[in-house]
Amino acid sequence: MADSPRPSRRELLTRSGSALAVLGASALVARRFYDQGGWQSRSSSGRREVRDFRGQLAPGPSDFVVAHAEPDTSTPTQLVQRALAALGGMQRFIARGDRVVIKPNIGWDRTAIQAANTNPELVAAVVALVKEAGASDVVVTDASCNDPGRCFQRSGIWTRAHRAGARVVLPADHRFRTMRLRGEILDEWPVYRTLVEADKVINLPVAKHHNLAKYTAAMKNWYGVLGGRRNRLHQSIDVSIADLATFMRPTLTIVDGIRVLLRNGPQGGNVDDTRRMDTVIATTDQVAADAFGCTLIGQRPENLPYLRMAQERGIGTADWRTLRPREHAMYRDGRESTHDLAIPAHMDPAEAAFLIAQSMVDAPRVVLA
Amino acid sequence: MSTSLPRPIPWLGAIGPVRPLDDTADPPAKPPRASTPKRTSAVAAPAPEGRAKLPTIVAASADASAAASPAAAPAKTPTKSSSPSLFTKLKDKLFPKKKRPGSGIPARKIIVWLRNARRVSQAGFFGLFTFLLVRTEFRGGFSGGATIRMPYPVEGFLLADPFVALMTLLSTHTVYRALWWSVGLVALTLLFGRVFCGWICPFGTLHHFFAWLVPNPKGATTGGRRVEANKTRPYQNLKYYLLLVFLVAAACGSAIGGLFDPICIAVRSIGLGVLPFFNYITGRGLDSVSAGNLRILQQATDSTRDVLVATVLQPKQYFFHQTWVIGALLFAVILANRWIPRFWCRALCPLGATLGVIAKHAVFGMEKDHSKCTDCNLCIVHCQGADSPQGGVKWRQDECHMCMNCETACPEDVIKFRFLPNRTSARTAPQLDRRKTLVSALAGVCALPILRTSDTLDANYYDRLIRPPGSVAERDFLERCIRCAECMKVCPNNALHPAFLESGIEGLWTPILIPRIGYCEPTCVLCGQVCPTGAIQKISEEQKLGNRQRNIPHISIGTAFYDQGRCLPWSMATPCIVCEEFCPTSPKAIWVEELDVPGRDGTTVHVQRPHVDPKLCIGCGACEKVCPVQDRPAVYVTSVGESRSRTNVILLETENYNRT
Repeated sequence: MADSPRPSRRELLTRSGSALAVLGASALVARRFYDQGGWQSRSSSGRREVRDFRGQLAPGPSDFVVAHAEPDTSTPTQLVQRALAALGGMQRFIARGDRVVIKPNIGWDRTAIQAANTNPELVAAVVALVKEAGASDVVVTDASCNDPGRCFQRSGIWTRAHRAGARVVLPADHRFRTMRLRGEILDEWPVYRTLVEADKVINLPVAKHHNLAKYTAAMKNWYGVLGGRRNRLHQSIDVSIADLATFMRPTLTIVDGIRVLLRNGPQGGNVDDTRRMDTVIATTDQVAADAFGCTLIGQRPENLPYLRMAQERGIGTADWRTLRPREHAMYRDGRESTHDLAIPAHMDPAEAAFLIAQSMVDAPRVVLA
Repeated sequence: MSTSLPRPIPWLGAIGPVRPLDDTADPPAKPPRASTPKRTSAVAAPAPEGRAKLPTIVAASADASAAASPAAAPAKTPTKSSSPSLFTKLKDKLFPKKKRPGSGIPARKIIVWLRNARRVSQAGFFGLFTFLLVRTEFRGGFSGGATIRMPYPVEGFLLADPFVALMTLLSTHTVYRALWWSVGLVALTLLFGRVFCGWICPFGTLHHFFAWLVPNPKGATTGGRRVEANKTRPYQNLKYYLLLVFLVAAACGSAIGGLFDPICIAVRSIGLGVLPFFNYITGRGLDSVSAGNLRILQQATDSTRDVLVATVLQPKQYFFHQTWVIGALLFAVILANRWIPRFWCRALCPLGATLGVIAKHAVFGMEKDHSKCTDCNLCIVHCQGADSPQGGVKWRQDECHMCMNCETACPEDVIKFRFLPNRTSARTAPQLDRRKTLVSALAGVCALPILRTSDTLDANYYDRLIRPPGSVAERDFLERCIRCAECMKVCPNNALHPAFLESGIEGLWTPILIPRIGYCEPTCVLCGQVCPTGAIQKISEEQKLGNRQRNIPHISIGTAFYDQGRCLPWSMATPCIVCEEFCPTSPKAIWVEELDVPGRDGTTVHVQRPHVDPKLCIGCGACEKVCPVQDRPAVYVTSVGESRSRTNVILLETENYNRT
């Protein structure tokens, strides 16, 4: 009976069945998305996150090369070519088909002569070397401090790297992804993915004075890996530098000492604060690069706490003498020589580095701190 | 002129007796009420007579693709008729093929061509405007050098704006640089009337489009309501009174009329509201897609973003201070099109009013043959300017947008556009009420004292009113700034924002620097470059930064101060000095004092305490931007010490006094 006030048995079953189904479904949803609430604090006690790009390295004649020249005798391209040749050639580090990321310092809206960013010609020369070694994709990028468009363009790196055949990538919001680094003070941070998604990474910093960290180059260059509010890092700048260098282990580190900012770092702005030093340090060890490089501006490695921390963590060694160091020198008379650096055992390595670093530069010289 | 019909009524503004549209001959386009049941029955039965044409076309094309036998074609026709393809629907919506009613005299070919040219022109200029607006930014490139400028005049639409030129001419007694472009627009108006409104104005095009897209449903686009809405009404005089208020206010020294300039509104609301809005939607949308940690989705969104960022989107999300008000006003004025098409253009636009006054002397215009008018009202239905195109009344040249819709629509031989027309059936100048005109002028005179006797300009200067570098002194600034927001759009650091009520009503939407959101990039001079009126002067990098060797002083926009109770080295024995690191001047305006301070547990901590040298500080706000004390920074910039002011200074000896 269609108009009966009582439902049929079939209808009763269907209706109570659907009621049950709705109840069951809502219970399932509630269980699936249940949130107990409460307060959870995160600690960074976990295993440290590491991006290691060193790979299996073929044996070479040396792992640490200083190439430098007397004033007006060389170009940055020549210097980096000689340095790499003395290390055993770019083929030792880059395999055919590698996707390579080169990370210069493009932090500041400064022109090349102000020496706050890596020398653009040097960047182009490294791009050319990497391409010659057979890399399939060469990216040049950095997460700048000032507006990236201005930094990349006005530093001259955009033009030179593009002409040399690199893909110049500017940082954009979406290229950062939050990651847990699990460092001592750096834990959850937005990481610049373009920099870490590669087969090989070449660290290409510029050596310069830094008012808080005293001297910065290779290890501090990894600030460019981070997005977000990096300004907090300065409260413990040494630990944060060490944390970042723990995270990033580059294939190769090439320090630009062509023109060095001696004062008012890291931003500079005055050409009078810079000094032409025509030096390139190429090494597999970023800690050694900084331990030697700091003597360019007259600093001692002992004054840089981040070097000690890095050594304690086993990131590298501050004692560059253990890396079969070599020197390539270019003289005014056109002579060039590559030779091993033999340092007398009794000699203070900092002083030795200082003497080597300053040996090609005309007066006035900086003094060792 | 006419003999058989009654004499045309020499009407003032309103129109004569209009028969309802239903009475006019238009049977296929407007079937009687019974059409609704007919449409539903069309599914089963063969299509009604009136629609028979359409299905056969669809069926024929379907047959061609399916290669069916010709005999099957008639059988298919009824089933196909129930659902015409989307393409056909769209085609019918865009290009309705209606039988011309009345005498059915076709429109002149040249007029149809002009109407189509107008549409192309509107689309083209809107595209150009959008392109220039999107390109009002610095992106950099591998071919660029150390000097950064906009490669082409992205502010071009404003430079050609006679209202802006006239206003600033009255307030500053000069025509600033490229503002003379507006003479070109005056010339165009003298030739053809308000063609700018109908053919060029991007804001007008926006209203034209939305009036077509969202018409009042009860009248649709063709009905009696549309006719009523498009009749000439007294409210259209409002724009002339507004124009007068703004021009008198400008003569008294305030370019506040820029708040109502349509190009300014378009730049401001689209540049600061709509574009960041789409940036946000796209960004967050793609974020949520890639948040699923599916590798393939992440790669897809990444490459989508790479493409978007390289073309239309910005690489970072821009935020603008209080722009919800600007956005809401845009929404409101667009929504008004639902009831009165192009309400903005007809009632409020001071640029349209300026052009309307100039159009009095236009050599191109309309001639009407009233005797031939059948009062079908088709011209009014399509009228943009509400300028009385129909017979029996005088055409209003000052209101006409020259859209050419009326002549295209007219099925009789009434309307003719031509050079040097007979003006007996036209009224060229706005009909203003003398008393209202007087009151408007008085309002313009009174505006400034009212705005400025509130405290903000002279007595209680807002300390955060930091103007962009190169800005002229505040009074001159208010004479020039038209609130077009070009500077805010171009600022690479998102540093410039429209002021809300911080500096009083008069300062509404003038640019202020909010360093916490973005600082002034020291080597950037783009805001001055795009400023059309010289409120921000065009300066070089050397003028901005100064040059000691050549004895050129730097331009300062303010001075930084430390809140020592919040600064880490000052109050918490914690090293920091990010501010000093970012201080761009050389030598640095922020200098540090090295000292050992006691920690709580008896240890000593070596800290560097920052200080500001007010002689060197340029007020760029980089220190404030990067201060790690997130909510209220420990170092902040106020406007005191700005180069442009001779009174807003701290130190006795400043370079300001030494300058002429």
